[in-house]
Amino acid sequence: MAELSFREAIAAGIAQEMARDPLVYFIGEDIGAAGGVFKATVGLFEQFGPDRVRDTPISEQAIIGAAMGAAMTGLRPIAEIMFSDFLATCWDMVANQVAKTRYMTDGQVSLPLVIRTANGGGTRFGAQHSQSLENWGMAVPGLKVVAPSNPADAKGLLAAAIRDPDPVLFFEQKSLYGVKGEVPDGEHVDRLGSARVLRDGKDCTIVALAAMVPRSLDAAERLAAMDIEATVVDVRSLVPLDTRTILSAVTKTGRLFTVEENPRLCGWGAEIASIAADECFDDLDGPIVRITTPHVPLPAADVLEDAAMPSVERIVETVKRAMR
Amino acid sequence: MSTRVEKPPAAEVDRPTRLRLYQLMVELRDFEQRAYELFLENLVRGTSHLALGQEAISAGYAVAMRADDYTFCTYRGHGHTLARGASMAGAMAELLGRGNGMLHGKGGSMHLTDVRHGAMGSYAIVGAHLPIAAGAAWSAQVRKSGQVAVCFFGDGATNIGAFHEALNLAVVWKLPVVFVCENNQYMEYTPIASVTAVEHPAADRASAYGLESILVDGNDADIIYQTARQTIDRARTGGGPSLVEALTYRHGGHSRADPAKYRPEAEVREWLQRDPVKRYRERLLTNGISETQVNEIETRAQQKVDAATEEARRGDPARVEEIERQVWGDGSAAWRN
Repeated sequence: MAELSFREAIAAGIAQEMARDPLVYFIGEDIGAAGGVFKATVGLFEQFGPDRVRDTPISEQAIIGAAMGAAMTGLRPIAEIMFSDFLATCWDMVANQVAKTRYMTDGQVSLPLVIRTANGGGTRFGAQHSQSLENWGMAVPGLKVVAPSNPADAKGLLAAAIRDPDPVLFFEQKSLYGVKGEVPDGEHVDRLGSARVLRDGKDCTIVALAAMVPRSLDAAERLAAMDIEATVVDVRSLVPLDTRTILSAVTKTGRLFTVEENPRLCGWGAEIASIAADECFDDLDGPIVRITTPHVPLPAADVLEDAAMPSVERIVETVKRAMR
Repeated sequence: MSTRVEKPPAAEVDRPTRLRLYQLMVELRDFEQRAYELFLENLVRGTSHLALGQEAISAGYAVAMRADDYTFCTYRGHGHTLARGASMAGAMAELLGRGNGMLHGKGGSMHLTDVRHGAMGSYAIVGAHLPIAAGAAWSAQVRKSGQVAVCFFGDGATNIGAFHEALNLAVVWKLPVVFVCENNQYMEYTPIASVTAVEHPAADRASAYGLESILVDGNDADIIYQTARQTIDRARTGGGPSLVEALTYRHGGHSRADPAKYRPEAEVREWLQRDPVKRYRERLLTNGISETQVNEIETRAQQKVDAATEEARRGDPARVEEIERQVWGDGSAAWRN
């Protein structure tokens, strides 16, 4: 085990796969000699050269389009969209082209490609550089959606995404880039579509994603001091979704809380709540509660952003009140 | 600098190639006519965008392409897909929503694709496939396969952002891709000139990307064939992309819903006189090809379309079991365990 930051783990995951498979190519804005604006791709340009690690113009449609055309003709490209907010400038490519082409051609075309993107708030960048929009991808059939919460998962899930035969939207929560954690030595490949139980508790289940995972774990510790024992599940992958792990935790504890960074309406937690209500209604001892950012564009000022996003305190208070 | 090619350099296209070009144009013409008849019978569901009048561009490029080159085209893509050798019955059945359609009913008229023949898809969002074609060319470049991507699009696509992003990237990366603008004078229902800053929507913008401005008669199969040879050769030998504007005309409306009443009658008459199929027939006859030979080509094309129509009509409706297949690489549509 080595201790790596989240950003180092991303670069290590890409390097591992590029060294293994000569068909893996990597394109994006400022990813080459500059090492990425979040320094998550440092060293790749030097290791693999300008042919395999290529800087692009500020042309998000061309970036995703090029990755798609390359994927359908034999490469396994990784494309970086600097901020997930910029996906809006190329959403046609993502939602209409990349997502649908295998289906519309009834499998004539395969699209093994990864779209990596820095996602989410906590950095005071304001509403156009802070959105948490995994649920956009989740709403489109044909896209896999992954969002790791720690360095080990960042490397392992990214490697799995690169080897996957389908398009994967890979969300890197930007406030996690500096977080350090143990990452297994040697080749590390995880599995898409597997949630992970990070803490066992008999009283309730808290389901979280990406940056909301460490906050939920902190909240669970504080709740334990109040005699509320929470199970914490890291969803890790929204599509495919490991409903088995999630529903099994809900069944055991009888209560379900989701902690979502996205604004309220149509967040991923709503889908999980709906599945739980459908499939384990009889095991529930109380209402399902969603803890989300309010339905507003994320404000920039530190006090506003902190108050808008689900905080450890808000998770603790909400769970405590609901469990009373 | 505009490179206008006005007269057909007749001597340079050999007779077998000419016969092939004519055969292909007649087949595409007959296929589209039949598709039109079938939707008058209410057998073609949904929409359909015919390329009647634009056959010379599909045929001219297809004949010049290598079997493993890539074609990317638009929702007006029946001709481009068939010209690469895709099954005519499969295309017709797809229009009819049958299980024996080339996409088993899951794509429809606007998405005809036959990857085995290099027909890499028909794209129904204007301009979207230009960056995708650039991507296929990038892949060919780094795999050193010698393949070229040819991307066909309408005049309307030159006003969308993806056009400019793709052109710039293709030039910067020196990609083996040929962008062919089929300027049929109308973006859907609106004359292209009334919504475009320059007279020639593609050719006048070529200089913005450091490319030669190429404006050609898109209703002359010889000119298109020769332009195709030049531009494909340039791409294949490392000379980078080209942008071609081919002037042509849609004989019908934008889609089945459009009777095209907005077009001046005199304009329609003038363009019908420049019908690429009629013109080419005359050229064959004046260049020593017999009426009998020409008639044989036309009869064979008609028979091919008849047979394809019969096979398509014999097909069962698309199978409901297909709905939840092929979302993912494992063939399934499963999003949870």
